[in-house]
Amino acid sequence: MEPITRFTSTIAVLPQTNVDTDQIIPARFLTVTTRDGLGKSLFADWRYLPDGAANPQFVLNQPAAQGARILVAGDNFGCGSSREHAPWALLDYGFRAVISTSLADIFCSNSLKNGLLPVIVDKAVHGWLLDHPGAAVSVDLRARSLILPDGTEVAFPIEAFARHCLLNGTDELGYLLSQLPAIERYETCAH
Amino acid sequence: MTGRTMFDKVWAAHEVVAETADTPAVLYIDLHLIHEVTSPQAFAVLKKAGLPVRRSDRTLATMDHSTPTRSEEFFLDVPVKVDAASRQVQQLERNTQDFGVELLGLRDARRGIVHVISPELGATQPGMTIVCGDSHTSTHGAFGALAFGIGTTEVGHVFATQCLLQRKPKTFAVNVRGRLQPGVTAKDLILAIIGRIGVGGGTGYVLEYRGEAIRALSMDERMTVCNMSIEAGARAGMIEPDETTFAYLKGRPRAPQRAAWDAAVARWRALASDADAVFDRSVDIDAAELTPMITYGTNPGMVVAVDATVPARAGDAVHAKALKYMGFEAGDALLGKRVDVVFIGSCTNGRLEDLEAAARVLKGRKVAAGVHLLIVPGSQQIKKAAEAAGLADIFKAAGADWRESGCSMCLGMNGDTVAAGQYAVSTSNRNFEGRQGVGARTLLASPYTAAASAVTGRITDPRTML
Repeated sequence: MEPITRFTSTIAVLPQTNVDTDQIIPARFLTVTTRDGLGKSLFADWRYLPDGAANPQFVLNQPAAQGARILVAGDNFGCGSSREHAPWALLDYGFRAVISTSLADIFCSNSLKNGLLPVIVDKAVHGWLLDHPGAAVSVDLRARSLILPDGTEVAFPIEAFARHCLLNGTDELGYLLSQLPAIERYETCAH
Repeated sequence: MTGRTMFDKVWAAHEVVAETADTPAVLYIDLHLIHEVTSPQAFAVLKKAGLPVRRSDRTLATMDHSTPTRSEEFFLDVPVKVDAASRQVQQLERNTQDFGVELLGLRDARRGIVHVISPELGATQPGMTIVCGDSHTSTHGAFGALAFGIGTTEVGHVFATQCLLQRKPKTFAVNVRGRLQPGVTAKDLILAIIGRIGVGGGTGYVLEYRGEAIRALSMDERMTVCNMSIEAGARAGMIEPDETTFAYLKGRPRAPQRAAWDAAVARWRALASDADAVFDRSVDIDAAELTPMITYGTNPGMVVAVDATVPARAGDAVHAKALKYMGFEAGDALLGKRVDVVFIGSCTNGRLEDLEAAARVLKGRKVAAGVHLLIVPGSQQIKKAAEAAGLADIFKAAGADWRESGCSMCLGMNGDTVAAGQYAVSTSNRNFEGRQGVGARTLLASPYTAAASAVTGRITDPRTML
């Protein structure tokens, strides 16, 4: 995984609350056996009309969202199914961060493991972002801050170990494997 | 020192390394369930790194999500409806063979929905940590296990180390006093709980369902309740193991046997939350006040009593969008609305007691003209039991479509879908847009309500037919 430190991008805004992972990527696209190429199926039922053409009403098809690498989403984004295909699809489409007031637990965990940065902000900051699609913001993972266009720095929480892995581009599995002696001791004692 | 919750006890017993400010806990996993949809990419990681499945003896595979339910696709060589699904099934066969993992495969008599078969085999036991790449893993919490859904990267972590990196969640007591009235089921109870706390209300918490109404539930009913914990956003849901739990497990093939059984029961009895345990949050619900519930919108929190009207929420754009999708208007009565499809099945309501409930309504009655009633047992063993008990005959005589087990129309991956614009009363767990097919309109309800609605072709209060 590429290390993540700081990046700047315009924002795409999807204000709806409780967007579930069935919307992010519908189940019929889960019959794959790899994680590649899912971006074209991202938000498929909202993004495309029944004839396959782009739905001009959907935010990602509108001019302000073109090239955006940061998605500003409504509260409880990513609820429902545990499918990791959801962050895979968001990443493959080009998103690098999701900003919201809250994210569903499993979605948040899956995102961190793939380098899709979850940025949790308060209602006031969220409200400002919702009102400014296309605004350019920066995410600084080292400083744990979101930088708004006027230079305001907004701190966001992030789990310490996941942040460490993202900053260094390392995989959590390596750390877990380094714990094997402790795991073996546990198995001997407890099982 | 204050008392500990059941969750605290199970967590502490599985901490290989405790969490610190800098690192999450290393949590040991007793049982890893896998299926065809969320495992292939995890096996690929192992292959690339040259790693084995560390504890294949703690790993159990089955296929359920994308498998066909028509007997002719199942047992004969008729091509299945979805080719890619078939490839995924074959991939799981190869992967389990390559890594020495036990697979209850397509033609195994013990196959079924992963969350149905593990309890059925007695593999799910109190005090265990259980994970699966599926959010409805919360089902197993009905036994007093800490069970939760994980992503595919974490499936790979468990394969390689039998552990997960986890931050400790908070605890949330759901106290349910009183008793459910006749015709009101565990499904109605959990829908009411989700309606109360909201679809994000449990985020960051492990729920513990407690109180008289919970203690009175059978294991099938407890599994229905715990199954939908995730629909409130909760990490997991748990119920204290008791005599009902022990009676269910005793004699099951993978439960402890003979002397080990007594020792296990003694250990399981100590799991209950201490009387002075403190929960981070709690909610109180009166079971006696509940009526049959049904969803009217596009998430499980959009739920009302079946005899209520569609609520109005002025200025709520999400609510308005949901009603538009469903073709409903605020103020509409739900009773009497048209029904095209009825689905009875899934890891929420595909167990034998659910089929018995459906049969109680369907016995001597016919499915309304123009309605497709699809009944999909949760496992092949349940299918066999339902056939032996005469339930399948009741279903067939009523005009229902009786199938092989699997996830089927809960998420429509195998081609069992609801057509655009059609209304489906479903005993499954999610009424999300397009969940049961592009444009499908899902109303979640109990097996009673589903069966009653199939008979009339309209949304029906099952209490009028029991």
